[in-house]
Amino acid sequence: MSAHEPPLIETRGLAVSVGGHTVCRDLAFALAAGERLAILGRNGAGKSTLLSVLAGLRDADAGEVRLGGETYAALGPRAAAKRRGWLPQRHSDAFASTVLETALTGRHPHLGRWDWESKQDTEIARGALKAVGLAEMAERDVQTLSGGERQRLAIATLLTQAAPLYLLDEPLAHLDLNHQIAVLDLFAGAARDCQAGIVIVLHEPALAWRYCDRALLIHGDGRTELGPVREMLTAERLSALYQHPLCAIEADGMIGFIPR
Amino acid sequence: MPSHRRAALVLALLALLGAASFAAALAVGSLSVPLADVVAALAGEPVDHAAIVRDLRLPRALAGFACGGLLALAGALMQVLLRNPLADPYVLGISGGAGVGAMFAILLGLSAAGLNGLAFLGALGAMLIVFGLAHGDGAWTQTRLLLTGVIVAAGCGALVALMLSIAPEHKLRGMLFWLMGDLSQTGAPWGALGILVLALAASLPFARELNLLARGHDTAQALGVDVRRLRYTVYAIASLVTAVAVTSAGSIGFVGLIVPHLVRLAIGNDQRLLLPAVVLAGGALLTLADTLARTVVAPQQLPVGVLTALIGVPVFLFLLARHRQ
Repeated sequence: MSAHEPPLIETRGLAVSVGGHTVCRDLAFALAAGERLAILGRNGAGKSTLLSVLAGLRDADAGEVRLGGETYAALGPRAAAKRRGWLPQRHSDAFASTVLETALTGRHPHLGRWDWESKQDTEIARGALKAVGLAEMAERDVQTLSGGERQRLAIATLLTQAAPLYLLDEPLAHLDLNHQIAVLDLFAGAARDCQAGIVIVLHEPALAWRYCDRALLIHGDGRTELGPVREMLTAERLSALYQHPLCAIEADGMIGFIPR
Repeated sequence: MPSHRRAALVLALLALLGAASFAAALAVGSLSVPLADVVAALAGEPVDHAAIVRDLRLPRALAGFACGGLLALAGALMQVLLRNPLADPYVLGISGGAGVGAMFAILLGLSAAGLNGLAFLGALGAMLIVFGLAHGDGAWTQTRLLLTGVIVAAGCGALVALMLSIAPEHKLRGMLFWLMGDLSQTGAPWGALGILVLALAASLPFARELNLLARGHDTAQALGVDVRRLRYTVYAIASLVTAVAVTSAGSIGFVGLIVPHLVRLAIGNDQRLLLPAVVLAGGALLTLADTLARTVVAPQQLPVGVLTALIGVPVFLFLLARHRQ
């Protein structure tokens, strides 16, 4: 990557609030290609709200968000969808639809108004389903999937969208341990091999420590802290963040945080 | 994801069904006309009963087809807009609003144009109330939406009952037939057919975006849909289509609910195919239902709304039971 290329996403003077409490004020950060940023905080601190502001789905109180140097307003929804993908926390399916059809919706920003999905689009979608272990379920109805399967399908849809920036709201929800690690490995691989940028809301600080470069701590009262994971994710800081004493245990070059 | 070939096949089959419904509507009645004579009459040849086929049955069949198509299209659009498979003009109280306007017009002794105008205003008024209160995209709005629709429909029912009870004897029959949905009084069908074609042509460019909207507001926005603009567009089209349908044929229930649902069961929920398919299926269904309505107890005519409701109520209850989980 050349040094003067604009960051995948950057914020300046960003202020966000939800339901009368401040999530952040004057937040400024930039995420370069291949970087991974974890967002941590207690329930209700505003992690998801902040992420939807970053995804352009919600207006900030002040400040701006730029994707590759341009604002959402300048880009329009379609061009923005080619620059960032967003994984929602909840999935609700009002109508029946197959798993493959759902994954194919990720191709929308790449298709013209009158285009129908081509063979190549279908191959991309099948590849994404394979990557999350749903290849065998392509013809299943989404309304019959379990919570974990539905979550993996949403991740496959995101991969089908193939944007260079992933904004992930609790991607590990509903997943059992093996799938949690598989999903994190998948995105870590995308960051390493495809120079994708990752912003990820996580509940498990140990996984953030292992899979991310930087961490953004949201205290829920407007205070935020941003820095490299090894500085941010210490027992002391996390105890203050979650308002519960924690101790850190290191083993095999990994770390675990255990509530006291 | 339907291929082009499958889409063409489905639409060709439905077009055939539509043609068959026209054949039945033109040939069958208190006086049956052989199909060969129907074709000859349509070609302008002076055969027996050519006037009945051309001047009585054809306009009525066209009006039935247009109304059925409009109602089904309105239902399909509202179901996507509200992400609720139970939405339709009748259930949401919009037909009720039109009913209040129409009853008021008949009571005042207004002309057909006045009746249509007031019915149109009534439909739009009910629509504003129901959709205005259901603004948003959460699970609570869906419950709230159906409840609002039910309440508005009940309120309209009460107003209609009030006007029926104070109406003079000689106006009652016309009022009742309007309320039950009736194609025998409709004028030239070309206006409704024109709106149907326009509305379908205006919806189709957004069909793939509607597929995404059906999956949720934020999901669609994140995938590149200008959700705000799309919702206003679809809202405007659905309102206009509903108001035109209800205005020209009275309150015909459940076509907008059942047709999209049955078509969806058969061919899936891709709006690019679903929207034209429901127009053809809805048109064919209402044309057939109207033919039945004027033949089962001939020479007496039943209001077609009675027939569609008799079919619709059990299907609706079945759907409601299925969606409870």
